[in-house]
Amino acid sequence: MREPWWIAIVEAVVIVNLVMVTFAYLTWLERKGLGRIQLRYGPNRAGPFGLLQPIADLVKLVRKEAFAPSSAIDAPYILAPVIALFTALAAFSVIPWGPGWHIYHWDVQGEVVNVPIALILVFALGSLGIYGFIVGGWASESKFSLLGSMRTCAQLVSYEVSLALSVLGVVLLGRSLSLVDIVHRQGELLPFAAPQFVGMLVFFFAGIAETSRAPFDLPEADTELVAGYHTEYSGMRWGLFQTAEYVNLITLSGLMVTLFFAGWHGPWHLGPLWFVLKLLALLFVFIWVRATLPRLRYDQLMRFGWKVLLPVATVNAVITALVVAAT
Amino acid sequence: MTQPLSTLKGFGVTFKQILKKPITQQYPEYKRPVYPRFRGRHRLWKHENGLEKCVGCSLCAAACPADCIRVVAAENTPDNRVSAGERYARIYEINMSRCIFCGYCELACPFDAITLGNEFEISEYNRDDQIYTKDMLLAEPIKQVPVADRDLFDTPIPFYRSDS
Repeated sequence: MREPWWIAIVEAVVIVNLVMVTFAYLTWLERKGLGRIQLRYGPNRAGPFGLLQPIADLVKLVRKEAFAPSSAIDAPYILAPVIALFTALAAFSVIPWGPGWHIYHWDVQGEVVNVPIALILVFALGSLGIYGFIVGGWASESKFSLLGSMRTCAQLVSYEVSLALSVLGVVLLGRSLSLVDIVHRQGELLPFAAPQFVGMLVFFFAGIAETSRAPFDLPEADTELVAGYHTEYSGMRWGLFQTAEYVNLITLSGLMVTLFFAGWHGPWHLGPLWFVLKLLALLFVFIWVRATLPRLRYDQLMRFGWKVLLPVATVNAVITALVVAAT
Repeated sequence: MTQPLSTLKGFGVTFKQILKKPITQQYPEYKRPVYPRFRGRHRLWKHENGLEKCVGCSLCAAACPADCIRVVAAENTPDNRVSAGERYARIYEINMSRCIFCGYCELACPFDAITLGNEFEISEYNRDDQIYTKDMLLAEPIKQVPVADRDLFDTPIPFYRSDS
């Protein structure tokens, strides 16, 4: 029997909530991991091992007064964090996390929707998410917020080019834009991390910059510039921006697992467990990078994006195309 | 970019830290012993025969840079003998919210009547509770603070130790 329409909705609700839980405990994992790397304990007061810390943070953020500058342009000011979070969450809907199951007498897919152009959809949603950041900074009617949002956008837009170019090799090898097909092809052949190692590295670096994390965390730059586009935000509105950033990171890690590490494929047919394990390992690498590398200067960031990543991604795509055409 | 190998080495260094024990001291559970000459909450002292050492001379109040000590002296009379000297401190108050714990009162006192103790957990919810009266200062401190071994510090070995 074909999948009825409401299964996708149920699946979407489950996925959104799982991603939000992952986000909550990603903040815990990040603080704990960073703490241990810096010979600290990290959060350990709220519950055993500080496990209730994300809940305490949420309660604190929701209860906090959400003030707005009196000159802020209301509708875009309030909508900006919503857009940022929505696009971040929506991008996860096309990422396959299982082979699909036969439950009762319905076929349930391993992803919310199987879009033939899933990869383009993910990048389109990512570009839309940038609007959240630029509109938020602009609608705050503050010069510094505006400058911060310009800084953020310049970074995100320039690294998006390399990010999109780096997956071209995967698309050529997978012969599809659908993430489901790409995962299946990796299950038949081998994880694309091996033939597309350069592409994977470019995707990883550009991904760090896209999610604005250390060492490319200039949009926030908490040690010297303190904050950028979200200077005038407080309470849960600020929390939504922060959530969007972390959910973007989860989505990007999910995408990287899907594109380069064969998604849910793996020995012993563990299905979604493989996806989760790969995702967690990748998230740990992101935290590890943050704990190790110092922040880049802005000119270094731009130079690295345009003069290193972009040519490497282009050459990688061209060579992959030639090899695929030759075989 | 220029030194990919040394960058990778840096990743190794940070990863190794995860396996080490954190050096954080968990404060309310573990109280690090204070330095023996630590200057904390004040004490007023009595002689062995029960008379107060303080004679109400106000030298401590004069020496105090934060002006947080208030002394009002009164004469000792044969039927009301409080201190060993001619006069005694009828009122002796220290405003702990102003005190900077410099220890000048201790230095100024000619009879060693006032000293600075080791107690440092003296926060209160109310500013009025920060004004310590003579009875409070004369009483034994309620909280006992662990103090480091004097021999470790007042000997010519360096005061810093690798494990502290």
